[in-house]
Amino acid sequence: MALLEVDTLTKSFGDTRVLKGISFDMESGEVLSIIGSSGSGKTTLLRCLNFLETADGGSIKVDGQAVFDAADPSLLSPKAIRHNRTHFGLVFQSFNLFPQYNVLQNLTLAAMMKAKEDTPDFSKRKKEITEELNNRALDLLKRIGLSEKKSNYPCELSGGQQQRVAIARALMLTPRILCFDEPTSALDPELTKEVLRVIKDLKAAGNTMIVVTHEMEFARNASDKVIFMAKGIIEESGTPEELFTSPKSPLLKSFLKQ
Amino acid sequence: METFLSVTGKLAQGFGTTLALFFLTLLFAIPLGLLFACISRMRFKPLRFLMRAFIYIIRGTPLLLQLMIVVYLPGIAFDHPLTKWEIFHGDVALSYFCGALFAFVINYACYFAEIFRGGIENIPKGQYEACEVLGMSRSQTFFKVILLQVIRNIVAPMSNEVVTLVKDTALARTVSVVEIYFAASEILRLQFIIWPLFYTGAFYLGFSALVTLLFGMLEKRLSRYWR
Repeated sequence: MALLEVDTLTKSFGDTRVLKGISFDMESGEVLSIIGSSGSGKTTLLRCLNFLETADGGSIKVDGQAVFDAADPSLLSPKAIRHNRTHFGLVFQSFNLFPQYNVLQNLTLAAMMKAKEDTPDFSKRKKEITEELNNRALDLLKRIGLSEKKSNYPCELSGGQQQRVAIARALMLTPRILCFDEPTSALDPELTKEVLRVIKDLKAAGNTMIVVTHEMEFARNASDKVIFMAKGIIEESGTPEELFTSPKSPLLKSFLKQ
Repeated sequence: METFLSVTGKLAQGFGTTLALFFLTLLFAIPLGLLFACISRMRFKPLRFLMRAFIYIIRGTPLLLQLMIVVYLPGIAFDHPLTKWEIFHGDVALSYFCGALFAFVINYACYFAEIFRGGIENIPKGQYEACEVLGMSRSQTFFKVILLQVIRNIVAPMSNEVVTLVKDTALARTVSVVEIYFAASEILRLQFIIWPLFYTGAFYLGFSALVTLLFGMLEKRLSRYWR
C-alpha cells in the first residue's frame, strides 16, 4: 500500500484556482521532486500537505488513514490537525530558525514541548527526557556535519548551515514524510551543494521526501519520481528519465529548454 | 552654600513627585498600551476602527491640551470640578496629581500601543509557520518563540519614548502638580533666584542617563544572540 495518497486536492485563493485537482501516490522511502514554473501551485500543494493551508476539496491519506478530507469536518478541528500534521515535516525556503535559541535548542524545543504534553510524569522524568532529546539532537547534528556548531546561534551560521539545521530540526520529530519547499533557492551554488548532499544522505537512509525544487540536476539524479506542475494541475509525471529525456507535454518541453 | 542646600532640598522634594508621576505612568500605561494594541489588531472591525481613531486623536493632539481637558473639563462642562470629587477627600494636590496621571497614562498608552503593534507585526510570518509545522500550540508559539522577539523589537523605540516621558512630566506643572520644575519656579517667584530653574536640568539629565543606561543594558543583553 502507498504511504501517501493524495486525491483530487483543490485550492482557491479568492477567484484564483491554484490547485485544480491534484492526485498522486508515494511509496515509503521514495523521493518525489515537484518541478514547474513559479505560480504553478507547487508550494501551495506542499503547504496543503503540511496544513499551513486548508485545501477546499479532496483528501490526503497516510498509510491508508485519512489525515485530511475536505468532506469530513472531524478532521478539520485544530486538535485533529495538530495530531495529523505530525506525519509531515517541512523545511522552508527561508529556514525560519528561531533566532533567540542556539542550534541545539532549535532542535529540541518542539520535541521538548511535545514530550511535556505527552508524558504524564514529565516533571519526574524531565532530566532523563532532556538527556534523551539532547542525544538525539547531537546524533542528528553529527549526521549533517554540524556537531561543532551546537552552541552557536542561527545568525552566526551560513545560509547552508542554517538550512541543514532546519532539516535536522524537522527530523527531530521523526515525520513519516519530509517536505522541502525550494530548500536551496536562497543559497548560492556552493551552499546549495552542501544542502543537497544532506538530502541525498537522507534518501540513502531511507527517508521519504517530497522536494519542491528548481534544481533540475537534483530532480534528475536524486529523485525516484518527478511531477511537473503547470497552472494548478499535474501536467506530467513519471521517472526522471521519462520526464527529462523524453518529455511529452509541450509545456514541459519548453520549461526544460529554459 | 546654605541656599544651595535648601534649594536642593526643595527640588528633591519636587523631583519625588516627578518620579511618582513617571513610574505610575509606566505602571499603568504599559498594560493599557498592550490592551490597546490588542484591540487595534482585532478582527472585529468597528472596535478596531474606534481604537485606531482614538489613538490617532491622542497622538495627534498636544499632551498639554489633554492635561487641560482632563483636569478642567469636569468643572467647566459638568460643574463637577476634579478637586471636589469624593474619592480625593478634599485633597486638592492629590486630585490634580491624579488628573495629570490619568492624562499621562492615556497619552502614553496610545504611543506604547503603536510600538507594541509594530513589534508584533514585525515578526516574520515564517516564525509562526515554523512553530505550526513543528506541532506547537498557539500559546507555546507565543510564549516560547514570539514574545522574546517582540520584546527585542520594541526595546529601542520604548527607550526613546520612556526618555521622552522623563521630560514630559514637566508639563504637569500646568495643572498645578508641584513637580521639580514647578518647585524651581516657586523659588524664582518667592526668592528671586533664577539658577534653580537651570539646576532642574541636572536632575532630568541624571535620570535620563539612568533610564538610557538601563535600556542600553537590556538591548545589549537581548541582542547578544541575534542580528
